[in-house]
Amino acid sequence: MSQFILYKENTRGHANHGWLDAHHSFSFANYYNPERMHFGVLRVLNDDLIDGGMGFGAHPHDNMEIITIPLAGAIAHKDSMGNTAEIKAGEIQVMSAGTGVSHSEFNALPDVQLNLLQIWLFPNKKNVTPRYDQRALDVTARHNNFQQILSPNSEDDNVWIHQDAWFSLGKFDESFETEYKIKKAGNGVYAFVISGEVTINGQILSKRDAIGIWDTDHISFKANTADAEVLLMDVPMEL
Amino acid sequence: MQTTILYIGRDTEITIVMNRLLNARPEWKGICVCTDEEAVSVFKEQTVDLVLLGNGIDQECEQALKLKLEAIKPGIKIIQHYGGGSGLLYGEIMTALS
Repeated sequence: MSQFILYKENTRGHANHGWLDAHHSFSFANYYNPERMHFGVLRVLNDDLIDGGMGFGAHPHDNMEIITIPLAGAIAHKDSMGNTAEIKAGEIQVMSAGTGVSHSEFNALPDVQLNLLQIWLFPNKKNVTPRYDQRALDVTARHNNFQQILSPNSEDDNVWIHQDAWFSLGKFDESFETEYKIKKAGNGVYAFVISGEVTINGQILSKRDAIGIWDTDHISFKANTADAEVLLMDVPMEL
Repeated sequence: MQTTILYIGRDTEITIVMNRLLNARPEWKGICVCTDEEAVSVFKEQTVDLVLLGNGIDQECEQALKLKLEAIKPGIKIIQHYGGGSGLLYGEIMTALS
């Protein structure tokens, strides 16, 4: 029998720093809710709005798989591995922090607000050599389809990480129905609604709502509005 | 009451940041070191309420260090710090102390 937890948009942690308006799905920085620590190995889901030209100066990370998905605008990234890059909406960036890496991330545009999702997963192996990757995604491939954008496999046509996790993005027409099969036994799915309204396993979810589902091998999905967009994170439930 | 937190991590830059973050809160006192020898010395000589294991400590060293620390003062919580910065720090410490 599948189990689930609903995460409504207005129950997320919120921090407005002026230049940064952040919503935290799980405890992060000064937002601490013991009931919202993680969903399996998914530890952080931050939905950040960053003003033009603003951002995070050089800061360190270790032992975390960090995935960044810009929804609008572009990120200017620079790190201690020598990478200097711009990541635009429609692209995905991953960084395995491993033994330690320092990076900065800024809104690359002076006058357009940047909206990004930053996701942190606990790694399946500690102290790996830090690595960086980014990939442009074929956004047409997610029309009425869960397009796989991340996996544990370097051979797959997507970015990869040190964790048995698979991410998929889909954009759907109204009334489109489908099913998503969980990739690995023991994994659960955290479904985050980027836009529109959808029904997942009988639960109606609106923009920025989420549902975590586990103890099942599939989920049912229906788009209730046009241009419903959803990010699925298929992650191990055991830490 | 101030909580004394001992952080051990191999990366000097991250250790400096952790020292700044831990000591930025008046309720915490952070002592941050890079080597196991320094950690054992601090643990022997000072009151420590919580130990955070940071980056770059391999499994063998981690086990050996835990055994040493537990032998000196049994019952002090030793937890893994993930992320290397402020994002998860408060939650990790609050959870460990609750």
